[in-house]
Amino acid sequence: MAGWFARSSTLARHLARTSSMTSPAAGGCLSSIRRHGTLKAGDTVLSPTDDPYRHQIAPMSKTLRVVPRYYNEWMETVIEEVSVAVLFGKEKKRNEGCGFCRRGGMKKELDFPGGKVMFVPEMNFLPGSTSERINCYCVLDDNGQTFSKSKFQELSKEDAVKMYIDMVTLQVMDTIFYEAQRQGRISFYLTSIGEEAINVASAAALKIDDIVFPQYREPGVLLWRGFTLQEFANQCFGNKLDYGKGRQMPIHYGSNRLNYYTVSSPIATQIPHAVGAAYSLKMDGKKACTITYFGDGGTSEGDFHAALNFAAVMEVPVIFFCRNNGWAISTPTTEQFRSDGAVVRGQAYGIHSIRIDGNDALAVYSAVHAAREMAIRESRPILIEALTYRVGHHSTSDDSTKYRSTDEIEHWRTARDPVSKFRKWVEGNGWWSDVAEEEHRNNTRKELLRAIQMAERTQKPSLSELFTDVYDQVPRNLQEQERTLREIIKKNPNDYPSDVPV
Amino acid sequence: MLGIVRRKVGCEVFSAMKFSLALRKVLPTGSALPMNYSTATKEITVREALNSALDEEMSADPKVFLMGEEVGEYQGAYKISKGLLEKYGPDRVLDTPITEAGFAGIGVGAAYYGLRPVVEFMTFNFSLQAIDHIINSAAKSNYMSAGQISVPIVFRGPNGAAAGVGAQHSQCFAAWYAHVPGLKVLTPYSAEDARGLLKAAIRDPDPVVFLENELLYGESFPVSAEVLDSSFCLPIGKAKIEREGKHVTITAYSKMVGYALQAAEILSKEGISAEVINLRSIRPLDRATINASVRKTNRLVTVEEGFPQHGVGAEIGMSVVEESFEYLDAPVERIAGADVPMPYAANLERMAVPQVDNIVHAAKRACYRSVPLAATA
Repeated sequence: MAGWFARSSTLARHLARTSSMTSPAAGGCLSSIRRHGTLKAGDTVLSPTDDPYRHQIAPMSKTLRVVPRYYNEWMETVIEEVSVAVLFGKEKKRNEGCGFCRRGGMKKELDFPGGKVMFVPEMNFLPGSTSERINCYCVLDDNGQTFSKSKFQELSKEDAVKMYIDMVTLQVMDTIFYEAQRQGRISFYLTSIGEEAINVASAAALKIDDIVFPQYREPGVLLWRGFTLQEFANQCFGNKLDYGKGRQMPIHYGSNRLNYYTVSSPIATQIPHAVGAAYSLKMDGKKACTITYFGDGGTSEGDFHAALNFAAVMEVPVIFFCRNNGWAISTPTTEQFRSDGAVVRGQAYGIHSIRIDGNDALAVYSAVHAAREMAIRESRPILIEALTYRVGHHSTSDDSTKYRSTDEIEHWRTARDPVSKFRKWVEGNGWWSDVAEEEHRNNTRKELLRAIQMAERTQKPSLSELFTDVYDQVPRNLQEQERTLREIIKKNPNDYPSDVPV
Repeated sequence: MLGIVRRKVGCEVFSAMKFSLALRKVLPTGSALPMNYSTATKEITVREALNSALDEEMSADPKVFLMGEEVGEYQGAYKISKGLLEKYGPDRVLDTPITEAGFAGIGVGAAYYGLRPVVEFMTFNFSLQAIDHIINSAAKSNYMSAGQISVPIVFRGPNGAAAGVGAQHSQCFAAWYAHVPGLKVLTPYSAEDARGLLKAAIRDPDPVVFLENELLYGESFPVSAEVLDSSFCLPIGKAKIEREGKHVTITAYSKMVGYALQAAEILSKEGISAEVINLRSIRPLDRATINASVRKTNRLVTVEEGFPQHGVGAEIGMSVVEESFEYLDAPVERIAGADVPMPYAANLERMAVPQVDNIVHAAKRACYRSVPLAATA
């Protein structure tokens, strides 16, 4: 496919000319051709279009590599020679502009299902990966300052402060519930430490009509929408006030009212669900989208691929939000995939995709805001890959120090903490202070401890809830079973726990 | 066969009058149903029955839509959805990429939101690629979300053995899905069953697995005008007594009902009057009808096409032991497919699936007119 190389370099030239960028990369490409008259194996041709805000994404706005290093000598020679021949226009006229507009010559176009394809005599494999990874959109530096060229969606003071408050609440809530599990008061918990920006900022960029299909590390979305600390505690303790009627493990929150679908344990099953719901929204003509969250590990599941393909074909308004946090329990991303993360997978399915800094609340907010607009206005899916780090263990059943270094964890917990980064920006605008911080953390802690006490003391769900909701109406066999069970309990009251209501 | 038709006609004349009298009391005035309807007017195939049921439900409720491989342009792999794409457009009849896991998951997601999808599997053998969504995402959701998420979805498609399609196209999944609380499992036999049960399934708020049979698609059955009415619906969880008898009860579902009826005909010539029950609904199982029948006849033969171990017959046998043990005069006989993956060669395939003689012999064993199985071992 030297045609591809021809396109790549002519494209680079075309783009450089039309967008009149003078970035060294584009200049480097042209100058190396003029200077050396050849491109060597291992050369990199950079595209100048790395502006992440353009919604109209250029077809090849990523780095292009001329020759992959692992081909053997012979192949390299062949490819080099041919590339050189093509680049120097032995087979085409010079100065005829962009390679796409070329007609005639030895290239033959053919009509295949899906569109015209050029035939080329050279055999060239697309490289499995590019030497440079897809760029990552970020707004704030490590000191919480915006870069000089930062572009982001503006935030009002109220929204910014609420975002920060909710991020802190999430952090405190995670710490306290984790401790509660360690004390044996709840059976299980998993934290979202390190991913507070993803949780809260993405929720802030959505509207309440947008439907959320979570994995399990997104309670911050519920928090933003108004789920109270008491409601969280009730679910974890499985008492009678739990909206799940005590049927699920802790952290499997769900709320119809807040458009947050109940957390389900199997990985990635929520991804095609989100596509189906988005299809329903499209059929209803509603100005809303669905969003679904999953981790780097979830992108290996079959459901991920089926859902992305489907969403692109059916053209539905769904945001696929991948939390690439480096670890799937003990599996690092190097063992999870060989592609450049999840962002290139979106492109492979025909979906506009972006990679963002998941620890930068403003970047998350801006990207989700833009994605939502695109998804709804153009009825199309969008993929966002947020790079972040899972600071906590996978869950209370995991000890991650067994498979990763404590230095790594500490580095991300302190130097890359999304909460402190955002705090610096909010304080820089004069909207927050140390006093407010201490007050909020103390109040939240007190409120949480109170909520846990209340939840612990609240009664468990009554016996009848064992049999309801299997079907829409309780079937006769379950009615009989309930009747028999109650008779047995009446006959043997000492064998039945006294604190569980009948 | 003619005898059965004539008998059906006879029954229906009698019940028709009673029914129309009852109707007049129950229905509001100006009802669309005719007051005195003639009996056994038309014959339609199961395929036409399913097609008309889908058509009517889709026109009655705009939330109903059909999704599956080849359902649109190809008119359905077995032509069940013929004409629907033309009539309702690509928004409501979706041709999907080849990913059962994908479209089952997407259907469940649409049902979560409030649409009423009908998801077609080309055969239920391929539903195994989507079974996580059927069980973990559909069946359990209402319970696990404490009633917040209901899943009014129907999974339908051909189930069980066809002719010469080998092991991966011939398994019966009735027992697999009937095992799961939260699902409803229906197995129509005749055109009336197909129409009534599919309409009931689409209207039901719970997830329903609708197991059809490829070889029955082309078979014609007589239907009354009541069945052809667009409001016709059969209740889920009620079995139908296809043929009354007094000596032995034979339960069957799907294609085996036809075989059981033939066996009953053969048995009647030998003086054994068999009662044939068309189960129609595997979950919930109509234990009341089965037990009432066994209490009348005192002998039971269960017939199914699927593998014997942990099959539908095992559940029926146990139900009868639990509720009508004293009424049994003979051990329960269980006829099922051979315990091997379905072979391809026509002669082997014939031996792997129950035939009419197997049912006849089992009924005779139950009536002590034949040598017991153990003696031949």
